[in-house]
Amino acid sequence: MTLTLALVQVLNGLQFGLILFLIAAGLTLVFGVMDFINLAHGVQYMVGAYFVAAFTAMTGSFFTGLALALPAALIFGLVLELLIFRHLYDRDHLDQVLATFGVIIFLNQAVKYVWGAAPLNVPIPDALSGAVEITDGLLYPVWRLVIIAVGILVGIALYVVVNRTKLGMLIRAGASNAAMVSALGINIRLLFTIVFGVGAMLAGFAGAMIAPILSVEPGMGDNVLILAFVVIVIGGIGSIRGAFIAALLIGLVDTLGRFFAPVLLRALLDPSAASQTGRAVAPMLIYILMAAVLFFRPSGLFPAKK
Amino acid sequence: MNNLVDLDAAPAIAAPPRMGRAIILPVLIFACFAAVPLALLLGPQSYVLAVVTRIMILALGAMSLDLLIGYGAMISFGHAAFIGLGAYSVAILASHGITDGFVQLAAVIATSIIFALVTGAISLRTKGVYFIMITLAFGQMLFFLTTSLAAYGGDDGLTLAARSTFFGAKFMKNDLAMYYVTFGILLGAYLLLRAVVASRFGRVLRGIRENPVRMEAIGFAPYRYQLTAYVIAGLIAGVSGFLLANQTEFVSPAYTAWQRSGELIFVLVLGGLGSLHGAILGAAAFTLLADILSHYTEHWAMIFGPILILIVLFVRGGINGLFGGKS
Repeated sequence: MTLTLALVQVLNGLQFGLILFLIAAGLTLVFGVMDFINLAHGVQYMVGAYFVAAFTAMTGSFFTGLALALPAALIFGLVLELLIFRHLYDRDHLDQVLATFGVIIFLNQAVKYVWGAAPLNVPIPDALSGAVEITDGLLYPVWRLVIIAVGILVGIALYVVVNRTKLGMLIRAGASNAAMVSALGINIRLLFTIVFGVGAMLAGFAGAMIAPILSVEPGMGDNVLILAFVVIVIGGIGSIRGAFIAALLIGLVDTLGRFFAPVLLRALLDPSAASQTGRAVAPMLIYILMAAVLFFRPSGLFPAKK
Repeated sequence: MNNLVDLDAAPAIAAPPRMGRAIILPVLIFACFAAVPLALLLGPQSYVLAVVTRIMILALGAMSLDLLIGYGAMISFGHAAFIGLGAYSVAILASHGITDGFVQLAAVIATSIIFALVTGAISLRTKGVYFIMITLAFGQMLFFLTTSLAAYGGDDGLTLAARSTFFGAKFMKNDLAMYYVTFGILLGAYLLLRAVVASRFGRVLRGIRENPVRMEAIGFAPYRYQLTAYVIAGLIAGVSGFLLANQTEFVSPAYTAWQRSGELIFVLVLGGLGSLHGAILGAAAFTLLADILSHYTEHWAMIFGPILILIVLFVRGGINGLFGGKS
């Protein structure tokens, strides 16, 4: 019984971690290549979820909705880059934090204005609703398995692009030393625009994939953004491999922590105190993990080589 | 180390303060605060008092953060944690029937110092972006701790039964008394921080902001100075939490959310970094802008966000800079 439940929690943790990876991948490359802190990355995830909700409602099919939402998220990201972010690359981090904070304030309210404050629901596509039996008596929702599979596929694709193609070579070089890449005659701004657009689209994609199992609401990107920052800081800024490992680590620690902390504490404390302490400690675990990682490795687990 | 703070926009280390301006503006600001209760022309007194008290409480938090960001180049993204810590210390004690302000303040001060010492000691091992992130992490830890305090309201927050008493007297119940207590604490904190900034300690801190390696080379240990500044800033923010809980008679985890920390940084940059009275101007501008916009539309944040972006892009040195307050 407990073993089956634990397996479910591991799968949930993987699914959460892979969603975090989709968001963190773009964030870490943008941060690594242009040294740009984009707090608005979380609202791009939110906007992706809203796009898929709107297009699905409009067309009646999730897949058509998704096919429309992805380019919309891409264009949306590029417009933000053109209008605002472009003017911030040469500024210090404080200005970047503030201006992108302004983008968050605006967009959280803007989606409320356009779609209302009430959460939207996106139905799981019929073909992928339902659950499959993984082991005896263990039913697991198909959609969550789809998220896991898609997350792994995107992870592999990103790994191949970043590590095996010329574009990837330039991105890696840009993350290590943008000035040198620029001096070698590469148009770093164009490179960045590509990275940024793909990053925005991946964040939007993550939002679209999670939309059917989560309610789509204003501000949904805010906490995810912080988690994505935790991921890239633990992983080492600019590192896709670091982001992947850190995202899975965070996903598993968070999910399993919420499940096991009360169980483990029950061995030490009486049941009610254990469940209360567990509820308090579990959400903090990842931040404790981050503080510990930074304490011992101040530049994260896999820092891009400088 | 990265130049996280625009050094050009900050006052030069050894520049002799231009006494005229450096004194006149702060004196004017505090004179205005002192006179507000008399100015019934502004509107219904209780409303005006409440808004200006809110401004002063926010100013207190922002001013303490200025010691870190403006004078120490330590961009803390978790400063709201201290405000929450102060507010919750009051609310938790009050819910157990301990309403004496002096006991509550002692608890606020003790918890703020301990939290600042522990988190500061760990955070200050990192630099730049990592410092921003690790302070954020500690802020989030406190946020989740407050949401899980089921006995004290959890997510929903906790309503105070009554404002703090002093020697058994409930004089803070009176909004005017609340106003003057806040005013007195703001003035006290301003004078204290001014003295800190002008002291040898403050000069060392600014020296570390400009060039930590050089300061270390000439015999100062940056870590100890930065940690001391972190504790002072945390302590003052904690006291602003004490006032916030008393004014609103309510505490909630939202006080410690990372968005509140972002807001504090914004207030600071809006007013002008590296000048203590700039933080007060920023708090006033922020509160009034939000207040006025919210009278016109419930979607005021859609106007507020772009204003924030435009200020970052086009206004250097904040409001204080507009007054020519920067050297």
